[in-house]
Amino acid sequence: MNLGAKEIMKQTRAVEMGAGLFVLLGFGALFFLITQTTGLSNEIGNTGYTINARFENVGDLKIRAPVTISGVTIGRVTSIAYDPERMNAVVEMMIADQYRQLPDDSEAAILTAGLIGGQYIGLTPGGSETWLEQGSQIEFTQSAVVLENLIGKFLSSVGGGN
Amino acid sequence: MNDWLCEIREGIEAFVRSVGELTLFFFNIAIYSPRTLVRRPGLVVKQVFNSGAMSMTIILTCGLFVGMVLGLQGFDTLQRFGAEEALGTFATLSLVKELGPVLTALLFSGRAGTALASEIGLMRATDQLAAMEMMAVDPVRRIVIPRFLGGVIAMPFLTAIFNMIAIFGAFLVGVTFMGVDQGAFWSQMHANVTVADVNQGVIKSLVFGIVASLLAVYQGYTSVPTAEGVGRATTRTVVTTAITVLILDYLLTATLIG
Amino acid sequence: MKNNCPESIVEIRDVVFFRDAKPIFNGLNIKIPRGKITAVMGPSGTGKTTLLRLITGQLTPDRGHVCVEGQDVAQMSRDQLFAMRRKMGMLFQNGALLTDLNVFENVAFPLREHTDLPEKLIRHIVLTKLHAVGLRGTWRMMPSELSGGMARRVALARSMAMDPEIIIYDEPLAGLDPISMGVILRLIKRLNDALGITSIVVSHDVHEIGSIADCSYLMADGKVIASGAPDELRKDGNPIVQQFMAGMAEGPVPFHYPGPDYEEQLLGKVAE
Repeated sequence: MNLGAKEIMKQTRAVEMGAGLFVLLGFGALFFLITQTTGLSNEIGNTGYTINARFENVGDLKIRAPVTISGVTIGRVTSIAYDPERMNAVVEMMIADQYRQLPDDSEAAILTAGLIGGQYIGLTPGGSETWLEQGSQIEFTQSAVVLENLIGKFLSSVGGGN
Repeated sequence: MNDWLCEIREGIEAFVRSVGELTLFFFNIAIYSPRTLVRRPGLVVKQVFNSGAMSMTIILTCGLFVGMVLGLQGFDTLQRFGAEEALGTFATLSLVKELGPVLTALLFSGRAGTALASEIGLMRATDQLAAMEMMAVDPVRRIVIPRFLGGVIAMPFLTAIFNMIAIFGAFLVGVTFMGVDQGAFWSQMHANVTVADVNQGVIKSLVFGIVASLLAVYQGYTSVPTAEGVGRATTRTVVTTAITVLILDYLLTATLIG
Repeated sequence: MKNNCPESIVEIRDVVFFRDAKPIFNGLNIKIPRGKITAVMGPSGTGKTTLLRLITGQLTPDRGHVCVEGQDVAQMSRDQLFAMRRKMGMLFQNGALLTDLNVFENVAFPLREHTDLPEKLIRHIVLTKLHAVGLRGTWRMMPSELSGGMARRVALARSMAMDPEIIIYDEPLAGLDPISMGVILRLIKRLNDALGITSIVVSHDVHEIGSIADCSYLMADGKVIASGAPDELRKDGNPIVQQFMAGMAEGPVPFHYPGPDYEEQLLGKVAE
């Protein structure tokens, strides 16, 4: 008589087992997508300190573009704005907390990753003994290279050579 | 002359009425869903199994081949720009943001949605739902809601599994067959895919899960109680789900990106 | 119209019901006596199933009243309606067993949904009810493995699970072989005699149901056209009653569905 109840129990257990395995596999896949396809270095989150820099021309730079030093991503661009008084662009970037010791005379340049890659900010460390802090401004900057200007210069220099 | 005008008007009226009916049906489900989830978790688990685990075969097979096609096509296109190393980025972004959620929803409606619609439709046609009402059991709470919730829970997981296996498929073709550098495949992907991209896909899959499950149980529940009516309900499930999912996909993409 | 059925548990008064602007009932009056077997008979399409749905509150009449135990069904709240249905059992035409549960679980279904009885007690009740319909041996089978008559008996066991006061039978004999028919008839009679359950049987198997019914109603054209004990019906002078009771093809209910003139249509004189 108990066989029926047992059979149902067995069936229920198989269903629970299947559903459980499915959900675990699903969670595993979600975990895989979030950790293995995205660079964690992309996500420095909201912990960090903000510094800014002024550029004549930011070119194609976008919010969330990486900030690197020696090729290592240490932060992200958080905002890009135009300052009408000083007539240049102000770029704010958030630097991860573990990179506290950046010399305050470092130089920031807008660079391009590969021929068709996006633009990013490359920092070159200076020699100062004091560090950049929350709200500091980088004095030395180098604007984005605009291809049209470059070609124009090249053409005029070729023309001048003649 | 007036005849077809009348017909158009009636058609529009019928459409508006069914949208209203569907909305009320959804509210009725939504109100009692939390209670069902808490009081009768066993019923929901069984439906997660039916809609989720039982859809694994189609999801894994289709996912693998969609990924392999992406690998092949992506390689062919990117190679023309000398950018074949971006294959990982290309495949992953296409999958997590667009193809994964949409294709999974369409496959779900073909496999699990039709099963739900015909199951509920047959229950209606064989008086099982009426018998439940006679036993003072609300068929919406006992039959419809667990099936709806099962689908809603299963969809994000199915989508994630689809994406994972598809990325593996793209990797298989791109790296193993076409010779894209393995390190570049992953590092480019890591550099360009963000958690926000993945989240966009997750949000879509949640919405599609609600839509596909709702339409399936609705079509089954409102089907004409005959063999023909049940058949028509399953067809309508796939058609309405496909249309709604694709329209919603555009709206969601526009909202999430814009 | 005579009425020899006192003390009614269900009363239907002047009910008018339309479906798609077509009148199904037009001033229907029926009284179901407590503790008796009442047969509701009538030709196909007279809304017998609709009547049952009115009694159980699945439909509400456009006019008139359906009262169960003196309470108007149309004015009950959903909770009251469900409370009323717990006191009712209904046997559907094809049994309407839940196809994804086995026989045991089907009979246990109302108990599991409405009570928190311990498993042991549930088993006891279910096996008792199955024994009563003679199908205790099928407790592990799935509904798809049962014959039509057996499915109906299991469904009967299920409708008895909550010990109802009223059991409603919707065409309990339709499509059954003579043996199963006899079994079901005996069950209906025995349940009624032994437990005093009020039985409402909707059917068009005049002779079979007539043999067990205490009183009968014959419906046609949305009204009751005759009522009383089966013998009285047979003696009724109304030609429709005569046609129905004797099973004649021609009579007030015509053999031919209304259409254009036969000869003219054959000769192609009727516009298509």
